[in-house]
Amino acid sequence: MRIIWSIIQKEFAQFFRDKANIRMLLVMPVVQLILLPMAADYEVENIKICIIDQDHSEYSRRLIQKIEVNHHFILVNQTADYREALKMMESDQADIALTLPHFFERDVVLNNEPSISASVNAVNGQRASIGGQYLLRILNDFNREIRLEWIQFPRYNPMPLLRIEHSYWFNPTMNYQQFMVPGILVILLTMVGFTLSALNLVKEKELGTIEQINVSPIRKYHFLLGKLIPFWILSFVVLSLGLLVAFIVYNIVPSGSYLLIYLFASVYLLAVLGLGLLISIYTETQQQTMLLSFFLMMVFILLSGLYTPVESMPEWAQMTTWFNPVAYFVKVMRMIIMKGSGFTDILPHLLSVLTMALILISWAIAAYRKKA
Amino acid sequence: MRSFRAFVTKEWKHIFRDKKTLLILFGMPIAQMLIFGFALSNEVKNSKIAILDASRDATTQALIHRIDASKYFDIATYLDRKDQVEEIFKKGEVRMVVVFENGFEHKLKSQNEGHIQLIADASDPNVGSTLVAYLNAILQDYQNEILHPSKIPYSFKTEVRMIFNPQLAAAFNFVPGVMAMILLLICSLMTSVAIVREKEMGNMEVLLVSPVRPVLVIVSKTIPYLFLSFVNICSILLLSYFVLDVPVKGNLFLLLTISLLFIIAALSLGMFVSSLAQTQTTAMFATLVGLFLPTLMFSGFMFPIDNMPLPLQLVSNLIPSKWFFYMVKSVMIKGLGIADIWKEALILLGMTLFMVTVSIRKFDKRLKL
Repeated sequence: MRIIWSIIQKEFAQFFRDKANIRMLLVMPVVQLILLPMAADYEVENIKICIIDQDHSEYSRRLIQKIEVNHHFILVNQTADYREALKMMESDQADIALTLPHFFERDVVLNNEPSISASVNAVNGQRASIGGQYLLRILNDFNREIRLEWIQFPRYNPMPLLRIEHSYWFNPTMNYQQFMVPGILVILLTMVGFTLSALNLVKEKELGTIEQINVSPIRKYHFLLGKLIPFWILSFVVLSLGLLVAFIVYNIVPSGSYLLIYLFASVYLLAVLGLGLLISIYTETQQQTMLLSFFLMMVFILLSGLYTPVESMPEWAQMTTWFNPVAYFVKVMRMIIMKGSGFTDILPHLLSVLTMALILISWAIAAYRKKA
Repeated sequence: MRSFRAFVTKEWKHIFRDKKTLLILFGMPIAQMLIFGFALSNEVKNSKIAILDASRDATTQALIHRIDASKYFDIATYLDRKDQVEEIFKKGEVRMVVVFENGFEHKLKSQNEGHIQLIADASDPNVGSTLVAYLNAILQDYQNEILHPSKIPYSFKTEVRMIFNPQLAAAFNFVPGVMAMILLLICSLMTSVAIVREKEMGNMEVLLVSPVRPVLVIVSKTIPYLFLSFVNICSILLLSYFVLDVPVKGNLFLLLTISLLFIIAALSLGMFVSSLAQTQTTAMFATLVGLFLPTLMFSGFMFPIDNMPLPLQLVSNLIPSKWFFYMVKSVMIKGLGIADIWKEALILLGMTLFMVTVSIRKFDKRLKL
């Protein structure tokens, strides 16, 4: 125990000697956590629409006005030329080009079914299909309005109607930040802990100082635990800072308990740090370590369900989330913070991450060879 | 010039001796392109939902069947009581609960009104609102059928055409985005580390007082990586064309040129980082932790930049991948030419020049002090 303690002291002393470390560990994550969630909003809004009005009638003007006041759309241009609209779409100045044909009003009145066409920039397919749906809804509403002016409907509906109500639980205001802040915090915590632990050991290798440790009477699990514990503690500092930022800047208070977050984090960090150590055991230079870490981090993060929902991934990709600690923590953070999930709700995830932690750390201890 | 060539050769040998790194360097982008090209999509589908059907009549059965048949929904379970809703949401698998009122069919027939309640777990607002919209559309379809409409008078037809990507393939958006990310990070990581390692090992001073000018010392370190990255971009493009079915609509030569420009920008970013950092750990940390998320979020492929608050839109202009993503999208997917992207190319070029100048100044100064 005394030996582990002295290694920990040595690691801390080494860490704090470099001012750059402190800046990176404390300032960078905090700044990112303050800024980045504001950028994370994929709601389809600000759809830039360009209208090619070939009719110039009262109806076309009314429709344009309807689109203008809808909060999803921004009317960027009215033109008579489709090619000009297409040019605007090519340069991303417009997302949709809507053509109101000649004799639009006359055709409606004469019951001739005029056809309105919309071209949607579909490079981003999801945005295009939702944007198209919003536009269709406005057009349908407008159509109904016109129809009502021409046909007198009976006072009450004689036909069977489905009355659909909907409610949004846990986030009635549809606040994206509530959703993104916990996820981004997980990512920052993971990257910090993982890179620190992965780089540290391999640095000793590269500088040759590991040889001295290898010939010293320290046991290898002493050494590895001595490497792991300081970063575990530092990661907790980052987590606490992050939760503080979430509260001060975004006013996020977990509906569940802080204790549960820390409990899960303590196990999670063991898994992440263990993986970092394992990688540094199998690599020789910091460059290699970094490339491998970057690869794993990117896969872990992009497939974690933080940005794109897991269930819309192909099956093999969904299966990778069983072995992806980040996926568990992102999910659990959101569960605890937004829904107030309790211990029994997160228990299966906790056990999975615990298993990972045990396997990774024992593997690291087994794989580390003291070449005396 | 001869000594410059010698320097490049030295770096070259240095890199090629390290087979493990090479393997990672070439294998990684390929693996990432394949994984993300297939797995990433903004689409919401196969969402697990629960049904609370107090009525259990022919109409609700028919509606449930329709919902289940849609690709957006998988019915995971049936609930019996309203208080199970919160319980099941807290477990986290189910995204929405559809509630049919008691005596649904009877009320629909006698009072012409059947109530359906959609309760969405909106902790993910995007998924929540999308699922409500999809389910609404399914119910609307059913509604239209039970109304038995003949031709509705005074109506207009609406055609929606999807241009540039008629099949709405997610890869069209994600492939250029992932390309912009991987290249930027790999290139800047490699150079920053390569230069800082010399500093850390104490070799930098020796190199800088060599007869070759400091600029060339730095440049000679980046040339092998320029070559490696170019090989990478070619393999990525081949993959996306042949395996991921992303077209190259524009000029391939133009695409390669802007890729090369972007690689140079990324390498100079690495140079810039290395001029500031003293140790490899700092350099890597700064590149990985400092660049990863901002690049991901501000490139424009994940989150629309138009949605961001104005100050962050301004910040996004500083991210080189944003400009590269725009150019790749324009050339590859939309088939545009140089006339439409020269501004973005100039911006990237300007950034590169700035970073190169500042880092070389820094290295020169080191020598004088």
